[in-house]
Amino acid sequence: MAKRAFPLLPETGAFRYGYFVPTVAIDVAYVAELARFRLSPEEIETFGSQLEQVLAYVKKLEEVEVREVALIGEEESFQNRLRPDRPLPELTRSEVLENAPQKADGLFLVPRILE
Amino acid sequence: MTYEAVIGLEVHVQLKTETKLFCGCRNEFGAEPNSHLCPVCLGLPGALPVPNEEAVIQTILTGLMLGSTIPPRAKFDRKNYFYPDMPKNYQISQYDQPLCLGGGVTLPVLSFPKDAQKEAQALANKKVRLVRIHLEEDVGKSFHLESCSGIDFNRAGTPLMEIVTEADLTTPEEAFALLTTLREILRYGKVSDVDMEKGQLRCDVNISVRLAGTEAFGTKREIKNLNSISAVRRSLKHEIQSQIELVSSGGAVVQQTLRWDDARGETIPMRTKEQAHDYRYFPDPDLLPIYTEGRLREEAARRVPELPEEKKSRLAETYGLSEYQASVLASGPPLADYFEQAARSSRNPVAVANLTLNDYLALRQDSPEPVSVPPEYLGELADLVSDGRLNSRQGREVLAILIQTPRPPKEIARERGLAQISDTQALEAFCREAISASPKSVADYKAGKAAAINALKGFVMKKTRGQANPQRIHELLELLLREP
Repeated sequence: MAKRAFPLLPETGAFRYGYFVPTVAIDVAYVAELARFRLSPEEIETFGSQLEQVLAYVKKLEEVEVREVALIGEEESFQNRLRPDRPLPELTRSEVLENAPQKADGLFLVPRILE
Repeated sequence: MTYEAVIGLEVHVQLKTETKLFCGCRNEFGAEPNSHLCPVCLGLPGALPVPNEEAVIQTILTGLMLGSTIPPRAKFDRKNYFYPDMPKNYQISQYDQPLCLGGGVTLPVLSFPKDAQKEAQALANKKVRLVRIHLEEDVGKSFHLESCSGIDFNRAGTPLMEIVTEADLTTPEEAFALLTTLREILRYGKVSDVDMEKGQLRCDVNISVRLAGTEAFGTKREIKNLNSISAVRRSLKHEIQSQIELVSSGGAVVQQTLRWDDARGETIPMRTKEQAHDYRYFPDPDLLPIYTEGRLREEAARRVPELPEEKKSRLAETYGLSEYQASVLASGPPLADYFEQAARSSRNPVAVANLTLNDYLALRQDSPEPVSVPPEYLGELADLVSDGRLNSRQGREVLAILIQTPRPPKEIARERGLAQISDTQALEAFCREAISASPKSVADYKAGKAAAINALKGFVMKKTRGQANPQRIHELLELLLREP
């Protein structure tokens, strides 16, 4: 189970366009590593400030009191949308493997996995 | 100083559905690689998952059988990670709103390994609490080749239930008992066949050790992907021992994920980075929450069977069986049903139980379902034996024929000329014949050699082609030999 969500640190803020917009720090290098992105220090800097603006905007939304507000369609969604346990048509093996960069004996081949 | 182990289990169970969890591809083991796939389970762009109602019902049913609470609302989340066994780069699982919360499993003595049942007496009926049960999709299978890995996605997307226990276990034997008990309950509920060979039960274990009597937990290590109950026991034994050795010699356990090499009997650290465990769960935007009240819960409740422990005590009470007999008969509902049907057509349920357990089970070992002998015939046969009309050897002979061609046992006995002769007059004639034919044995017996009576008995058995009631002849011979 995850021990942490996105590493946000919403401590400070500034007035912009007449609103208080919290600044949100994000550990871009860490998130990039989780997402397997290779970023240069300049990119970390640039994406960091851009993402912080986006996150600050989202953070602002958290202030809105929505506990009593029903979602549009929530009523209908009390109806479960489930599927009966019945088989449906499947793809053929050649269709399945059609776009595989590497394949052999009906298997997708990938770089060797380490355990 | 004595150390004790603290053990928690995560038990993964494959559900018994026709199709996968979020699409209509078949949930079939052993098919040609990559033959049960569609855009949904291949994670192709634009494909939308729709949950399989049956998998949801089976999970709720499991919760009901194990005493869990079923929250009114559950949801699915994405667990993000990089590993080629899942084409989407995330697995749909349940994070903070699983289908079942809490519950517990009570460990009966007979669920412990046979060699540990004596010690188990003290621990029997220990209750192991559950944290939760959630539903997720299984991942594909990878084969590690020389220079690359090959992936078969057939299993990707099949329904997998995860049962998480509290760290309530303290010995490998308790872990063994927990899994045996769970397996039986899951089979009773028909939610899984729990076939180890097919990987239908896989287990991750968390272990730490601490000084006996202390409260604080030690640092835990996790062994992943154990695929048999006995491997769980063996790996725990090994890991507990090595942690105790480490700690008692002044070392410290480092948090680690391990793999168990069953052939070599040792644990090996996995090379995954600790960071990979930041799964960044978030609610799956493609899936609506699931409301459990109403139809889903009602259907699950309707399917709750008589549970193994209930069945055992009912069989023991109703038919006067021993705890052991009841437990073996209740090891699977088909066998228990069979016994009950047979017992209903007999006057002596204990004789039916003996015949079932000692002879019938041995004879039909190769067939998994008790189908070959109609139960009423088995009940009738048990009566023939317990009434003394057939001796036990003759009973087995009739049973062997019954298994090949089911006919009323009386008919078989008659055709084969099998009948135990218990009639005193008939037997008396044979006994007198024996006495006059073997004066030496008679003299020996009268001279105090009690064993000499066996030669006389042998004579009668031979004359009656083994059909005489041995006990009756013995009594008769003793009586006749005392005549002046």
